[in-house]
Amino acid sequence: MAVIDISNISIEFPTRRGVLTAVENLSLSIEAGEILGVVGESGAGKSLTGNAIVGLLEPPGHVTAGTILLNGRDITHLPESEMRKIRGAKIGVIFQDPLTSLDPLYTIGRQLTQTILTHKKMSHAEAKARAIELLNEVGIPAPEQRFDAFPHEFSGGMRQRVVIALALCCDPCLIIADEPTTALDVSVQAQIIDLLKNLSREKGVATMLVTHDMGVIAEAADRVAVIYSGRLAEIGDVRSVIDAPKHPYTRGLMDSIPQIGQNLKTLPNIIGAMPRLDARPEGCAFNPRCAKSKSICRQQTAPLIETGSDGQWAACWAYEGGNKYV
Amino acid sequence: MSEQNILEVQGLKMYFDVSPPFVTRLLNRMPKQVLKAVDGLSFSIERGKTFSLVGESGCGKSTVARAVAGLYTPTGGDIIIDGQNLATAKDRSKITDISRQMQMIFQSPYASLDPRWRVRDIIAEPIRAFKLAANKEDEWRQVEQLLVQVGLSASDGEKYPHEFSGGQRQRISIARALSSKPEFLICDEPTSALDVSVQAQILNLMTALQDELGLTYLFISHDLAVIDHMSDWIGVMYLGRVCEITPKSELFSNPRHPYTRLLLEAIPDLKGRSHRKPLKGEVPNPITPPSGCTFHPRCPYANERCKQEQPVLGEYGPSQVACHAVEEFRI
Ligand SMILES: Nc1ncnc2c1ncn2[C@@H]1O[C@H](COP(=O)(O)OP(=O)(O)OP(=O)(O)O)[C@@H](O)[C@H]1O
Ligand SMILES: Nc1ncnc2c1ncn2[C@@H]1O[C@H](COP(=O)(O)OP(=O)(O)OP(=O)(O)O)[C@@H](O)[C@H]1O
Ligand code: SF4
Ligand SMILES: [Mg+2]
Ligand SMILES: [Mg+2]
Repeated sequence: MAVIDISNISIEFPTRRGVLTAVENLSLSIEAGEILGVVGESGAGKSLTGNAIVGLLEPPGHVTAGTILLNGRDITHLPESEMRKIRGAKIGVIFQDPLTSLDPLYTIGRQLTQTILTHKKMSHAEAKARAIELLNEVGIPAPEQRFDAFPHEFSGGMRQRVVIALALCCDPCLIIADEPTTALDVSVQAQIIDLLKNLSREKGVATMLVTHDMGVIAEAADRVAVIYSGRLAEIGDVRSVIDAPKHPYTRGLMDSIPQIGQNLKTLPNIIGAMPRLDARPEGCAFNPRCAKSKSICRQQTAPLIETGSDGQWAACWAYEGGNKYV
Repeated sequence: MSEQNILEVQGLKMYFDVSPPFVTRLLNRMPKQVLKAVDGLSFSIERGKTFSLVGESGCGKSTVARAVAGLYTPTGGDIIIDGQNLATAKDRSKITDISRQMQMIFQSPYASLDPRWRVRDIIAEPIRAFKLAANKEDEWRQVEQLLVQVGLSASDGEKYPHEFSGGQRQRISIARALSSKPEFLICDEPTSALDVSVQAQILNLMTALQDELGLTYLFISHDLAVIDHMSDWIGVMYLGRVCEITPKSELFSNPRHPYTRLLLEAIPDLKGRSHRKPLKGEVPNPITPPSGCTFHPRCPYANERCKQEQPVLGEYGPSQVACHAVEEFRI
């Protein structure tokens, strides 16, 4: 059984000019020990999907269709009081900016022990020992000495490690990491990625890694989901999606990434831009930019279609004959 | 100054006073604190070429860019543009001419465009400032031409910045930068805030404009693949100094400085699974930089000399490198 199993969810925002469907009919699941990379252009709906799982959608946004199962339990419409317990106990959340997750007024040590104590029955001394253990695990040197430091006394990379330690306080089975390394340098980024990988390999944590950095995905993810204009464009094994992308958008995306030693005069690029959510074209949202577009593409949204035997799926009419996801 | 060079930077220093308020300092008997964001940096750029600066966050790339653009008055050193020393130039008309020839494009296409202005006014501003149009009609004609040149349409001039996507806004910034007909553009992370597919469009536009107009770029990015795509020459910076200056082909095939080598090993790539080695340690605090070679605490080749003596740039083939280990043939 998958740790997290999202099927056919839609997320809508009622606005003055009508309902905005930000995420539409999106399905994905993550197994224990697996890292699912989620990529897509800015505004595609990556963060909304992550936030929906942890019940942190900002009103008036809400899930209007589909289900979210955590270890088989339906958590789609749990009240906030219930959801808060689950967030603390089962799901760890890591955001791009470590400062949003840390309180500048309290020491690192205090924030960690408090979090542990709210979710675990243990003495203060035990909680402190556990906190130091966690800081050590995430690679903070000399954690006993750094225990009473304030967030601003740490560098960006160290703060992000503290946030990861916070997310680990209660042995989560799922980690949602939304651009955890975007604000960090490549050198520090590699350390954080290693840390996330170890967590999934060694502790069996299921991880949703949201990023726009394909290099990070290639290195860390087992599978990858590509989101375009609020819809899943492609999902599959990371090597298949990177080496043999099936959806024309994924193909265009992969081609446009510069690579060292490539020596191209001009980079291949997709013409135009992703449509605004309130101006999504009929049919496949990618059709105005797609060289392969045919008449059905302009009329009907493509279902997810299996494009190979290795569990690679693409929402593209070019694969019309294949198995369709329902 | 060599004729071919449009820019020569010599021994540039940019120090910031980051002391706590005077009273606090007095009460706690604290000394003044100086942050040496750029500390003795030299490089030159050949006309029509792209010179890039790369390095970890906080190493001083933007500070160099801003000093060259004349937005900061350097603490020391010379910035010579087209034979004119920006630091000592007294003649206002010379300075005006230098600033017309040189424009800057920033990372954030959101912050750099005034939301209350129509796009055509944003683009026309440098044309007005430098009196480059004969009359209103001529001004509009120039603006329209610029819009088309950067891949927008002439009618987009009537709109406001918020009506455009990030990539389109960066096109507007480029059109504005080009409007004073500069020869030299300083581009500080021009695509870092953009999606990769949009990044490709902007990089292609920049290359095409360089070919068409013979532009020279000082280009800044922390993405080595983008650097590889855009540059002719590259300066690798570490903590306010340049540790290696090298032609592009050498950087990737024959990196010499230990920091350059580690930086290259730390990049994730699309092909493989985790053969990259994380760079150990982090960028030191620039207020209290390490002694000697500032890279020594993270360097696998550091020895006693490295801890005490600051290395200077030496020539190795086409490259310049500041490293004792390289000088001593240890690597
Ligand atoms: N409160 C809101 N009201 C209306 N629309 C919203 C709201 N929050 C998000 N959206 C829209 O939902 C879309 C998806 O947003 P989301 O934050 O998930 O994007 P993302 O893929 O995470 O992008 P990024 O890479 O920029 O973080 C965006 O186009 C955004 O405009
Ligand atoms: N106006 C200023 N006052 C004080 N310190 C400054 C100022 N501008 C920059 N600094 C400091 O100078 C150092 C270099 O900053 P700079 O912005 O040039 O780095 P950078 O290489 O551009 O980094 P990034 O990749 O994060 O943009 C940093 O330590 C920064 O905190
Ligand atoms: S000078 Fe010494 S410490 Fe600095 S990079 Fe070279 S070997 Fe390393
Ligand atoms: Mg997001
Ligand atoms: Mg900068």
